[in-house]
Amino acid sequence: MQPATACASSGLTIPWLRRCSSLRVKCSTSQRAHCASTSTADTAEPIEPIEPIDPIETDPEPDPEPFKLKPLPYPFNALEPHMSKETVEYHWERHHRGHVDSLNAIIQGTEFAEMELENMVLTSYNEGNPLPFFVHASQVWNHDFFWETMKPGGGGNPSNVLKYLIERDFGSLDELAKEIQNAALTQFGSGWVWLAYKAHRLGVGNDINPRPSKKDKRLVVVKTPNAVSPLVWDYYPLLAIDVWEHAYYMDYENRRGDYVSVFLDKLISWDVVSDRLKNAMFRASKREKMEKREMLLDKMKEARLRVKAVDLRPTPKARPKMKRRQY
Amino acid sequence: MALRSVVSRKTLAPALRHYRSLTTFTLPDLPYDYGALEPAISGEIMRLHHQKHHQTYVTNYNKALEQLDAAVSKGDAKGVVQLQSALKFNGGGHVNHSIFWQNLKPVSEGGGEPPHGALGWAIDKDFGSLEALVKKINSEGAALQGSGWVWLALDKEQKILKVETTPNQDPLVTKGVSLVPLLGVDVWEHAYYLQYKNVRPDYLANIWNVINWKYASEVYEKESA
Repeated sequence: MQPATACASSGLTIPWLRRCSSLRVKCSTSQRAHCASTSTADTAEPIEPIEPIDPIETDPEPDPEPFKLKPLPYPFNALEPHMSKETVEYHWERHHRGHVDSLNAIIQGTEFAEMELENMVLTSYNEGNPLPFFVHASQVWNHDFFWETMKPGGGGNPSNVLKYLIERDFGSLDELAKEIQNAALTQFGSGWVWLAYKAHRLGVGNDINPRPSKKDKRLVVVKTPNAVSPLVWDYYPLLAIDVWEHAYYMDYENRRGDYVSVFLDKLISWDVVSDRLKNAMFRASKREKMEKREMLLDKMKEARLRVKAVDLRPTPKARPKMKRRQY
Repeated sequence: MALRSVVSRKTLAPALRHYRSLTTFTLPDLPYDYGALEPAISGEIMRLHHQKHHQTYVTNYNKALEQLDAAVSKGDAKGVVQLQSALKFNGGGHVNHSIFWQNLKPVSEGGGEPPHGALGWAIDKDFGSLEALVKKINSEGAALQGSGWVWLALDKEQKILKVETTPNQDPLVTKGVSLVPLLGVDVWEHAYYLQYKNVRPDYLANIWNVINWKYASEVYEKESA
């Protein structure tokens, strides 16, 4: 006798799988529940009661590693003459490092110390009422993003999907540049200018758009004050331009417009932006699928509940037994 | 008093468009040389601050006023409201910087001399001592995130002195209609970056050497009368 083949997901042996190995059987929820409750009973040895361990004797968990300042992807003078060595050095060494150190000082020993940086930014934003270390966490993330957006010998033109989306959503690269300039000059104070990918969401809170259309998955130019980034609005950032004065004052004095146009002409790495776009579109579509599935499951649950509530028959209708197919 | 330093001239608008003339603003002159405040604030910073930043605020404020005038004449409510942020930013920048230039004085002309008279008494009453006030302004200025101003203000209603901060170029009145600015310290990065880089506390510590307490006393005595 051939040994019974087991179901891959539940481990139940199903005699009729013997012949047809390509038949994939999906276990019902009741079967899975049965599995979960009885699987240990069949195979496991009797469990000995565990003695409580004196907490002082165990080694304490090591403190999570403090954040380290990410090294620049290029030397300090690599962006000359568009961004001087002095600017890059001061910006990275003093401002960026300052934020890293301040962040570590505040979160050390708290539950935030174990979080990923992006998660920390979102949590500390606290829906518009930021916690004290939001500025540091967010600026660390923003600056990491900013340095990677630039490269020596940057500039040129975007290609492939990025080019297509820019032309679809802005008209042309020049139009996009104009909109970025406008955002930079109307960011009254310190802040950042971003190009972001906006998945199918309403612009309000994090609501899912009930009527998604192709127009929702689009590129947008956004400006944010001080340390805020479009992560908090659930957008996927693609490029960032730091318009705090420290980012350009030594090279361009008060001419923020000149700095932004040189950034777009000579410093930007369109390859990195394209990679980020690819990643963003993938994550957005994966999330959309998950959300659709969850909505469907919710609907099914509701439907089942509704049926149960309406079913007032004293005896359930006898369902015909499924015929066992004979092979 | 503070706004007296704003020089205005009437421009005659084309008679065909409207009969009202628009008051535009010009950049006020500094009462001292650019290099007179060294070593507290370098001449290069003063020159750029005055000739580039303040001039840009004045120019853009005039532009926004012209657009506002056109929108008001046409009855374009949406246009009027849309211009508010540009007016607040550029107009506030002009107002704040006009006060700031009066708040500074070269050491040779009395800059840095502590306040006497009514203002001195009021500071001792409300903050304990001048040192305590300076410490408070420095700590609030250093803690301000991003760009903004830190003010020593007189609350006309409550008749006390207060230390307030405003973000970006918001004028002091946005923090309270009864607040009168006596001293304002610009903590935007352009005010100190070329000399102090990112060390804002050093800038704040040194600026007290060139603060014009006489002007602050005059304003205090006038407004608290």
